[in-house]
Amino acid sequence: MTAAEIRQAITEILADIAPDEDLSQLKEDVPFRDQLELDSMDFLDIVMELRKRYRVQIPEEDYPQLASMASTVQFLEPRMKDVVKK
Amino acid sequence: MITGVGLTAPNGNSLSEFRRALLEGRSGVKPYETRYFGPTVAGICDFDELRYQKRKEVRRGTRAGGIGIYCSHEAVADAGLDWENVDRSTVGIYVGVTEHGNVETENEIYQLKSYDYDTQYWSHHHNPRTVANNPAGEISLNLGITGPHYTLGAACAAGNAGVIQGTQMLRLGDCQIALCGGVSESIHTFGIFASFHSQGALARHDDPTKASRPFDLDRNGIVVAEGGCMFVLERLADARARGAKIYGEVVGYAMNSDATDFVLPDPQRQAECIRLALHRAGLNAEDVDIVSTHATGTTSGDAQECDALRRVWAENGCHTAFNNTKSFIGHAMGAAGALELAGNLPAFDDGVCHATINLDRLDPQCALPGLVANEPRKLGEVDVVLNNSFGMLGINSAVIVKRI
Repeated sequence: MTAAEIRQAITEILADIAPDEDLSQLKEDVPFRDQLELDSMDFLDIVMELRKRYRVQIPEEDYPQLASMASTVQFLEPRMKDVVKK
Repeated sequence: MITGVGLTAPNGNSLSEFRRALLEGRSGVKPYETRYFGPTVAGICDFDELRYQKRKEVRRGTRAGGIGIYCSHEAVADAGLDWENVDRSTVGIYVGVTEHGNVETENEIYQLKSYDYDTQYWSHHHNPRTVANNPAGEISLNLGITGPHYTLGAACAAGNAGVIQGTQMLRLGDCQIALCGGVSESIHTFGIFASFHSQGALARHDDPTKASRPFDLDRNGIVVAEGGCMFVLERLADARARGAKIYGEVVGYAMNSDATDFVLPDPQRQAECIRLALHRAGLNAEDVDIVSTHATGTTSGDAQECDALRRVWAENGCHTAFNNTKSFIGHAMGAAGALELAGNLPAFDDGVCHATINLDRLDPQCALPGLVANEPRKLGEVDVVLNNSFGMLGINSAVIVKRI
C-alpha cells in the first residue's frame, strides 16, 4: 500500500471507532487524541483494526508511533508496502 | 414510591404507548431470524438508540446497556426530577438481568472464527462488555451517577428483583433515589432460542402475533423478547416535598426458592412467596385487584402457576382479576417483571385491567375465575396490583404495589 492508501485506511478505521467525529479537518501533525475524543481503549481499536484488516502486527513498544496521522503513516509505510489494498 | 417510569417494549417506547397497545390488544411479536438458528419469532424493540447515546457509546457498549440508558433517561424525565441539581452520589442503580454476556461472547467467537480462532484477534472490549454489572455500569457512565450500581442476576424474576432491591436500599438509607428495574438483550444470541427449542419450550406459530398464548390449550412455548423498564423510586416524604406524581407504593414483596428442580416450577413455593408478600404488605388475597401473572406460554409452567394462584385465592377468587402481559410482547426475560408491573400501573388511574390475549381455547387447568381474556375489563377502582415473576433454578418473586 502507498502512503496515500495507508492514510485512507487509517481514516476509515477512525471513522468506525469515532463515528461522531468530523474527520475532514483532521490535522496531519497533531496527535489524534488532541483532536478527537479518543481514549486508550479507542487507541487499542486502531491497533486491533490494523491487525484484523491488514494483518499488520504492531508491538506494544511501537504504539507511540501511532500518535498522529503523519507519524502513523510514516511508521506503517515500510511495514505495509507489500500489503495489497482491499 | 414509584415516581417515574421509563420503558421500551416490543409494542411501545413509553408507558403511554405501551399501555395503549395493551388496551388495544396489539402484539409486538414479529418474524425474526438469528445466526445459526434461522427463522423464528421474537419481541423486538425499536426505540431510538441515539436519543441518549452517541454512536461511539452504542458501538462500544452493549444492547442491554443501551436499553438501560434509554429507560433510565425516560424514567428520570417522567419523574420530573431536576436532574442537573440532583446529587447523583445519592442515586442507586439496581438492574435485574436474566443473563448478561452471552450476546457479546457469541459475537466475539463468531468473529474469531474468521481468524482461525487466533485469540490475538479477541477484542479488548470483551471484558467491560461482559462483566455482570455492565448494563447498570453503562447507565452510571451515561447519566453521571456516582452512587452504587450493580445488576441482579435473577433469571426471569429479575425485573421484580430490581424493584425489590431498589425498595430495600431506600429503606436502608443507602440511596435517596433508586433507579431500578430490569433489561434484556437476549434475542441477540442464538443460544437462548436454540436452548428453549431443544427443551421443547420455544413457541412457534404461522402468525407471530399469536405465538405467545399463555393459558391457551394450543400454547407451545416461550416467545423470547428484548426490552427494558426502569423505575424511579423515592421515599414518600421526598416525593411529596417536590410535588411529584406518585404512581403507587411498593407495599410488599417477597422472594424465595423452590429448591427442587433446574427448570420445573414448584407451585407450593410460588404460593408461599405470594403469601409472604401479602403478609408483609398487611393484605389478604381478596384485597388484590389485579394479579399480573408470570405465565410464559409453556405447557407445564402456566398450569403450575395457576395451581399456585388457586392455593392463595382458593376461596376468594371472584373479585381479583388476573392478566398476562407476555401474551402481547413475549417473554422479555430480565425486563419481564418490570415491564409487566409497569403495564398495570395505569389501572390505578383508569380502573381497567388489560387482558391476556390469544386465548382461543382456554386450558381447563388454567381456568382462573378472574382471568381477563382477550378484551380489557373495567374493574372500577383499582387499589392493589400484585406482580408475579418466576425463573429457572426455582427463583420466585412477588411485588405488591398499592395506589396512594
